[in-house]
Amino acid sequence: MSALAPTATRIIPASERRLRNHAGLGLALRNTVTMAGRGLIKIRRTPEQLIDVTLQPILFTLMFTYIFGGAISGDVQSYLPVIIPGILVQTVITTSVVTGVQLREDMDKGVFDRFRSLPIARIAPLSGALLADTVRYAIATVLTFTMGALMGFRPGGGIASVIAAGLLVIVCSWALSWIFAFFGVIARTASSVQGISMLILFPLTFLSNAFVPVDTMPGWLQWFVNINPVSHLVTAVRDLTATGAFGADAWISILGAAVIVAIFAPLTVRAYMRKA
Amino acid sequence: MTNSTSEWAIAADGLVKVFGANRAVDGVDLRVPTGTVYGVLGPNGAGKTTTINMLATLMRPDGGDARIFGHDVVREAHIVRQLIGVTGQFASVDETLSANENLMIFARLLGLTRAEARAKSADLLERFGLTEAARRPLAQFSGGMRRRLDLAASLIAQPPLIFLDEPTTGLDPRTRGQMWDTIRELVRTGSTVMLTTQYLDEADQLADRIAVIDRGRVVAEGSPDDLKASVGASSLQLRLTTPADAEDALRAIERVLGVQGVLSPEAARITAPMTDADRVADLLIVLREAGIGLNEMSVQKPTLDEVFLTITGHSADADADDTAAPAASQKEEVRA
Repeated sequence: MSALAPTATRIIPASERRLRNHAGLGLALRNTVTMAGRGLIKIRRTPEQLIDVTLQPILFTLMFTYIFGGAISGDVQSYLPVIIPGILVQTVITTSVVTGVQLREDMDKGVFDRFRSLPIARIAPLSGALLADTVRYAIATVLTFTMGALMGFRPGGGIASVIAAGLLVIVCSWALSWIFAFFGVIARTASSVQGISMLILFPLTFLSNAFVPVDTMPGWLQWFVNINPVSHLVTAVRDLTATGAFGADAWISILGAAVIVAIFAPLTVRAYMRKA
Repeated sequence: MTNSTSEWAIAADGLVKVFGANRAVDGVDLRVPTGTVYGVLGPNGAGKTTTINMLATLMRPDGGDARIFGHDVVREAHIVRQLIGVTGQFASVDETLSANENLMIFARLLGLTRAEARAKSADLLERFGLTEAARRPLAQFSGGMRRRLDLAASLIAQPPLIFLDEPTTGLDPRTRGQMWDTIRELVRTGSTVMLTTQYLDEADQLADRIAVIDRGRVVAEGSPDDLKASVGASSLQLRLTTPADAEDALRAIERVLGVQGVLSPEAARITAPMTDADRVADLLIVLREAGIGLNEMSVQKPTLDEVFLTITGHSADADADDTAAPAASQKEEVRA
């Protein structure tokens, strides 16, 4: 190695530096964007990790529509407005589990220790990773709507409402991914994160109105399905795509998302900080 | 220095870190003057890395306190992080990214603009001889290249204090020498460096002062010369071509070096304490004139084991918890 060149500038002594003891919001946002950029470079490096978000929407849309379409709505065509929002929500939320798994894998690498030794906002390595993952949700969203359109789904609300519905699902999944990020931080291994997350995810997505009408279920189950936030999100997406109406269900979904972030973001960051 | 609190780059008092029942760091006091290289010497599991982790704000001390240029590592952690660079076994770089991408991301995180970050990365890659490898995946990097990149990443913000955790462990001798040169250059530009090492030789080469850590405690502190004086001399080892010459060789050693050699007959090997290296040449001349042939001649420096034995009264790897590797023997062979 060529030793440090003589041009190396003199180091400013500690006493002559302007130092701040707190990372402000501006710094947190800047650091988050940088960390998200890192996440995107990683996705570009290993495109194979996008297999789940690309294949799942295509497979599920095809399978569920042709299997359940006739039984539930009489024919495939009239089932599409019901199932596409359902599959969209289910797919994107499932994708948010990957956030926790990948975060665990990432945190096991030494580079996270370097991040912790830098004068950056403490939350940035987490929020950046989560922000980068919205790209995955966007891919899943676009693919699900595209598959729907190919199969004959014509949303009555128009393109603007489809985009609004997509954004709503992405925002809510991002909020939900804080839960899985929390598991990612506290779990010992990536596979245990996967296990715990699936345990939560399956009841949450299937015990909802995503695939079948609620009135076919027993009463006690209807009670849960109706309070399940996933049901509200699915209903919100159906309303948006069908009529362009941003109704009560959409607001409930956003409120739910905000509550999840308010609870799990501080929990996750605290657990992350304690992990030494 | 403007005030007395920042006179020390590092001032630690009674640092304690407990993992379960194991007191990994058990009351460590350190004073590191600004502008010096400070070596922390000890075997695996002695508490070196844990100590650095606490000083570098990566771990919260369970007891005691530490100040970096007068700033408390717990209460003013964010300030401390603006003053330090950390390189070592734990704080590394991102293996899925290229060297250039790594430096760019760290530079951006440290608040450099995109243009500044690009210039800084290019400059550091150049200075560390990594320009050609800048865009290659890190998986193809050698151990030495990884360490250089690690170090380069710590220098982006030009911190006045740099922690190097075992900077040369696992490197070949040539790469190790290059790393030493780089560390010396760092100090010349005004940095304070704290490094941990398992090698007495490395601490001797680089450090102005050394602390020996054992079982979470500082058991000796001083300049390298102080430390070596406490351990004792190197020893000279000779292997004779003809074992029958042993008697004559021992007599020559006693006459020239003034010490009593010890003969291990099965290998025709003679060991003698070497207090004055200058007189070894005289001895070799005497041996040649007497027609005593040598197969091999080597100098055995005091090993970390011996340092430990002398200072602590027990051997370095005897009961350190997670340690496997005994300190490498630092034998410098010279073919006779």
